[in-house]
Amino acid sequence: MSIKEIQDEIVDEFSMFDDWMQRYEYIIELGKSLPLIDEQYKTEDNIIKGCQSKVWVHAEEKDGKVVFTADSDAILTKGIIAILVRAFSNQSPKAILDANTDFIDEIGLKEHLSPTRANGLVSMIKGIKMYALAFQAKG
Amino acid sequence: MFDVQKVRAQFPILSQTVNGKPLVYFDNGATAQKPQVVIDAISKYYSEINANIHRGVHTLSQLATDAYEVSRNTIQAHLNAKYNHEIVFTSGTTQGINLVASGFAAFVKEGDEVMVSALEHHSNIVPWQFLCEKTGAKLVVIPMNEKGELIISEFDKLLSDKTKIVAVNHISNALGTVNPVKYIVAKAHEVGAAVLIDGAQATPHLRPDVQDLDCDFYVFSGHKVCGPTGTGILYGKESWLNQLPPYMGGGEMIKEVTFEKTTYADLPHKFEAGTPNIAGGIVLGTAINYMNGIGFDNIARYEQELLDYGTKRLLEIEGLKIYGTSEHKASVISFNIEGIHPYDIGTIIDKLGVAVRTGHHCAQPIMNYFNIPGTIRASFAFYNTKEEIDIFVEAVKKAQMMLS
Repeated sequence: MSIKEIQDEIVDEFSMFDDWMQRYEYIIELGKSLPLIDEQYKTEDNIIKGCQSKVWVHAEEKDGKVVFTADSDAILTKGIIAILVRAFSNQSPKAILDANTDFIDEIGLKEHLSPTRANGLVSMIKGIKMYALAFQAKG
Repeated sequence: MFDVQKVRAQFPILSQTVNGKPLVYFDNGATAQKPQVVIDAISKYYSEINANIHRGVHTLSQLATDAYEVSRNTIQAHLNAKYNHEIVFTSGTTQGINLVASGFAAFVKEGDEVMVSALEHHSNIVPWQFLCEKTGAKLVVIPMNEKGELIISEFDKLLSDKTKIVAVNHISNALGTVNPVKYIVAKAHEVGAAVLIDGAQATPHLRPDVQDLDCDFYVFSGHKVCGPTGTGILYGKESWLNQLPPYMGGGEMIKEVTFEKTTYADLPHKFEAGTPNIAGGIVLGTAINYMNGIGFDNIARYEQELLDYGTKRLLEIEGLKIYGTSEHKASVISFNIEGIHPYDIGTIIDKLGVAVRTGHHCAQPIMNYFNIPGTIRASFAFYNTKEEIDIFVEAVKKAQMMLS
């Protein structure tokens, strides 16, 4: 599936919820499905700065695709990074760099998150794109 | 008689709803809400007397200057400072500390020591680190114990004739501990060290008497005492302010300027370069008058009730741990729930209309001491109620249920 298709799928899933509680409960659920980062990559270098909680993201290249693993010490953050990993993992560096992130607004996340938290979200997206850029430069 | 409902009615923001719920504002440690009289005073200034101060001979300029100086006198009386020229308007606590720390480069040399405490906010650490980097002085830290209290016997040992200045907070922002500042001042003076007290978290709860404390500097922020943002006060003893070099150059702070030499204006103008936050400075006086109208005895008594009630109710929650358990403590409760990140709790209870602070509270060394990423901090003001504490406790319980 393309990034756009995955994003649409996520937007579809979130559209089923009527209130913030269900949405947050689902985010917590998604957090549990996050492909966890290998302990050895939980390094200072892999921490995404700008988040109130700790977020580690690691990327590897497999057959021209970027594969992300991640973790966070906060459950909601873990859920949010899980959504991003689902949308961007296993895609080519170019597809990741070209992708837009409007779906974050559409699932009602950004509008409900305070600027400090939203900055965390922005930093995560930036981190993911930086990895893609690095692999593209290498490739 | 202190009537909290009457008090609340004076704060328009408190009747708001947030995320569809009535606002419960427990982030008073970050900034206090403003009563109508403060909001009106800002509008009145801009509607009626806006003009630059200390310059024009015209009527408006006179009116604005008078109002600004009346505010200075109000604050002088509030702090019980000896002279009104010991009161310097700043943009806030941070600027006050930076002003003093920067000027102290003139009195500190390599091998000297600058002392702070383990309980400090970053703004009472970093400016002193700058000073140490610039001069080669050493930063010495008064340690704290498990209850979040300074270990005073260690402070006694750390003091020496190398100590040039001690900078401590009156009340800790992250834990609420009230520090024995009067003792610290007396002991520091024995070795000839100056003392700066960071009163940012104390001034919303108590009325400091700078002559009784005998501190050399006392700094605080206007916005935490129901005043406008971007305002603050540096109190300094006349003798120190005379010795301290100016912090910023510009208009207002000079006596005479030629390209060869500039002489500085008298106190306090030497430290007030440029057009200040005139509206803010004037209205800070309004806010201080408002707080004194409520009465700090009333505030202290009522906030103690809130603290006791909040502590008792929170401790009903399983796995909840309070950080900062000193007997001398302001109405601040910093806590965590076992196995749950403070960020998660803060996010969920925000959805339930409760505003608290989460994170390291700009006091990372304290978080490192307890080996935690941060805490949830509920800080109560005199306009909060026990009913709000009930809503808050239920919100925390709900968050705990969702997150574990």
